Amino acid sequence: MYPVTTFHYIILSAALLLIGTVGVLTRRNIVIILMSIELILNAVNINLIAFSQALRNLNGQIFAIFVITDAVAEAAVGLGILIALFRNKETVLADEVDLLKW
Amino acid sequence: MLTDTILFYIFAFLVLGGALMTITRRNAVHSAIFLITSLIGVAGLYLLQKAEFLFAVQIVLYVGGIMVLFLFVIMLVNLDAAAKEKQFNGQRWVALAAVAVVGAQIFYFIRKGADAFQIARPGAVQQLPGGNVEGIAKVLFSEYLLPFEIASVLLLVAVVGSVVMAKKRI
Repeated sequence: MYPVTTFHYIILSAALLLIGTVGVLTRRNIVIILMSIELILNAVNINLIAFSQALRNLNGQIFAIFVITDAVAEAAVGLGILIALFRNKETVLADEVDLLKW
Repeated sequence: MLTDTILFYIFAFLVLGGALMTITRRNAVHSAIFLITSLIGVAGLYLLQKAEFLFAVQIVLYVGGIMVLFLFVIMLVNLDAAAKEKQFNGQRWVALAAVAVVGAQIFYFIRKGADAFQIARPGAVQQLPGGNVEGIAKVLFSEYLLPFEIASVLLLVAVVGSVVMAKKRI
C-alpha cells in the first residue's frame, strides 16, 4: 500500500483499459464510443510512463508522445466521419448504422 | 514520500471515477465533462512520474484541444433525440462477460509477474542533466527523427481527411 510502485500504475492502467473497453462495447452513442477510445489510449500512456520511470529510460515517454499524436488524428477523423454520418443518416447511434447489413 | 502516495490515490480516484462516469452518463455533455476530469487525473499521474513535458502536452492537447473538438461536435450534432433512446446496446451482457474474463486474465498475469515490476526503488526519481524536456528533445530529434517526420505526415493526412469528411460538397 504505502510506497507507490510500478505495480500500482500497472493495475490502474489495466482498470482504465477495461473501463474503456466496456464503454466501446456497450454504448450506442458514437460520441461516447470515441471518448472511450480516448480512455483506452490514456491507459496505454499510463503504462508507458510507468515503465519509462521504472527503467530510467526516456523511450517510453517518446512513445507516449506518438500515442497522443495518433489519438489526436483519430479523434479528428472520427468526429469528421460522425458529422458526415449525421448529415446523411440523422442518427448518432452505432447500431442504427447498418447499411452493410442485409 | 507520503505526499506522493496520497496524491497517487487522489489522482487514481479522479481517473477511474471520471472514466466510470464517462461511460455511464446519458447526456453526452456530462460525459465530456467527466472525461476532462479523468484526463486531468492522468496528467497528474504524469507529473507524479516526473514526466513534466507530457503533463503539459496532456493538458494542452487533450483538455484544451480534443475535448473542445468533442464539445463542438456535440453542439453540431443534435443529441437530444439520442439522449431519450436506450443507452446500451443489445450485446451488453455478452460484452460485460467477455471484458470480465479478459480482466481476470490480465490481473492474474500481472499478479504472477508482480516481482518483475519492482524494478525501481520506490520514490527514486529520474534525474537527467537539464531536466525532462531537454532529455525528451534530445532523444526525439536524434534517435526518433524518422518516426517524428512520419507523425507529421500522419497529422497532415488527418487534417485533410477530416476536412474532406465534414465538408458538405467537395
